[in-house]
Amino acid sequence: MSESGNVVEIAGVTKTFPQGNVTALENIDLTLRPGEFVSLIGPSGCGKSTLLRVIGDLIEPTRGTVTINGKTARQARADRDYGIVFQDAVLFEWRNVAKNIAVPLELLGWDRAKRKERVRQMLELVELSGFADHHPWQLSGGMQQRVAIARALAFEPALLLMDEPFGALDEMTRERLNLELLSIWAKLGSTVVFVTHSISEAVFLSTRVVVMSPRPGRIAGIVDVDLPAQRSVETREDPRYFELVTEVRELLRSRGEHLLPEEEAALRSSHE
Amino acid sequence: MSGIVVTGISPGMGRRLGQQAREWLPALVVFALAIAAWEGAIAAFHIQQFLLPKPSDIVKSCWEQRHTLWPAGWYTFKEALGGFVIGSLAGMAAATLIGRFKTLGAALMPIAIAANAIPIIAFAPIFNQWFDPLSPNSKMAIAAVLCFLPVMVNTLRGLQSASPRQVELMRSYAASSFTIWRRVRVPTALPYVFTALKVASVLAMIGAVVGEYFGGSYDALGVLIRSKAQILDFTTAWAGILVASLLGIALYAAVVACERLVVRWAPEARDS
Repeated sequence: MSESGNVVEIAGVTKTFPQGNVTALENIDLTLRPGEFVSLIGPSGCGKSTLLRVIGDLIEPTRGTVTINGKTARQARADRDYGIVFQDAVLFEWRNVAKNIAVPLELLGWDRAKRKERVRQMLELVELSGFADHHPWQLSGGMQQRVAIARALAFEPALLLMDEPFGALDEMTRERLNLELLSIWAKLGSTVVFVTHSISEAVFLSTRVVVMSPRPGRIAGIVDVDLPAQRSVETREDPRYFELVTEVRELLRSRGEHLLPEEEAALRSSHE
Repeated sequence: MSGIVVTGISPGMGRRLGQQAREWLPALVVFALAIAAWEGAIAAFHIQQFLLPKPSDIVKSCWEQRHTLWPAGWYTFKEALGGFVIGSLAGMAAATLIGRFKTLGAALMPIAIAANAIPIIAFAPIFNQWFDPLSPNSKMAIAAVLCFLPVMVNTLRGLQSASPRQVELMRSYAASSFTIWRRVRVPTALPYVFTALKVASVLAMIGAVVGEYFGGSYDALGVLIRSKAQILDFTTAWAGILVASLLGIALYAAVVACERLVVRWAPEARDS
């Protein structure tokens, strides 16, 4: 951890892609404190996934710096300071569930016994004990995504990066996994950056919601979610929850003049 | 979904065998009918023996002359096998190098694709002169060259088919490009490699036999088929072709068996 005690410090990050001269991110400043759950939300093209990859040192920023636990992003990646989950589970189809979860542990050089014990714990955490020997294609989409989460958390990284992890799942599975993710987060206390385009999901999960606007990708505003720390099914019926959802929606809409018609429509449908 | 453990012969396994038998039944029936029609047509239309011998005579000759035919077949089979192994290994090695060094690939791939269109078998007489017509080496060389290109092209395609997301995930774990090659690219390429090896196994047998038609040791099957045809002993020539076919099928089946063992996760293996 850095002297400031922040897990992630993003300062003046700009990213332009030379192809088509697109400015994906412009002058982003954002700081994450330990144990925060921060959602990045915005229409497609607002650069939220790019920002996540810049934090993970999978994309290099054109300007600006990213500091993780007081180190450069490059050093943090080399030290395996974060785990990442994508929209698809990205499982290795030639490995069974247990061996998929063990991938980062193998790369860290853990011995077999230690790996086996940790995989068992992780399977328990994501409630997949008994599926260790299954292959990815034998699992439903929701179960595959739980394997991906178990893999990302297996080596106990301080930071968890999630790129629309539940975006491809049906609404019911998504809500169940939201609750599961919160209980895992409560147990492990890691810091989470969560990219989504669902307003309700962002408000339900987060301690802070960062609303982004497109062309160029900027932070339009940040909403502090002052709901009780312990979220449950009832949280979705809390009047304060609705107020916060409205607040995020207003922020997204205030930037509506930047949206293309089809994005406007997509945004409207995602409000439901 | 719980783990299903099969111990010994279960009713499910019996059912699966029965199901497989049913799937094969139409092909077997058609094959038997074709042989019967062949046999019947020769009797009905008084077709001369030297034009088309009866299947029963071919099989009989195959048995009666087993002491010359099968050793000759084995001699040719070893040439085919040697060419198959050398050509396939060289193809995989070339694909690995080309995949690793992009400029090399850019320089070599167009040539390789053009070379793939050349009827390589036309070189057989020249190879015979280069590598001593009476030694098995000249046939092995033809078989190896025939096997090389399909294996190289397919292996390269396989190595380049790795999912970008899987590669990105490995990069998030700070995996080296060698680790990414070994743990992502090679497993992804394996089904492609086996597809090419199946093609190559057939080509190897063709290369060895046809190479022998242009001259070779009297121990070789191709030489035997040709000399029997020249003295109008077509029944024995056909028996030689039958031996060559059975050995070719055996090589192909061996590759398929290896594939089943190695590539257990591929879609074809998922049917059960």
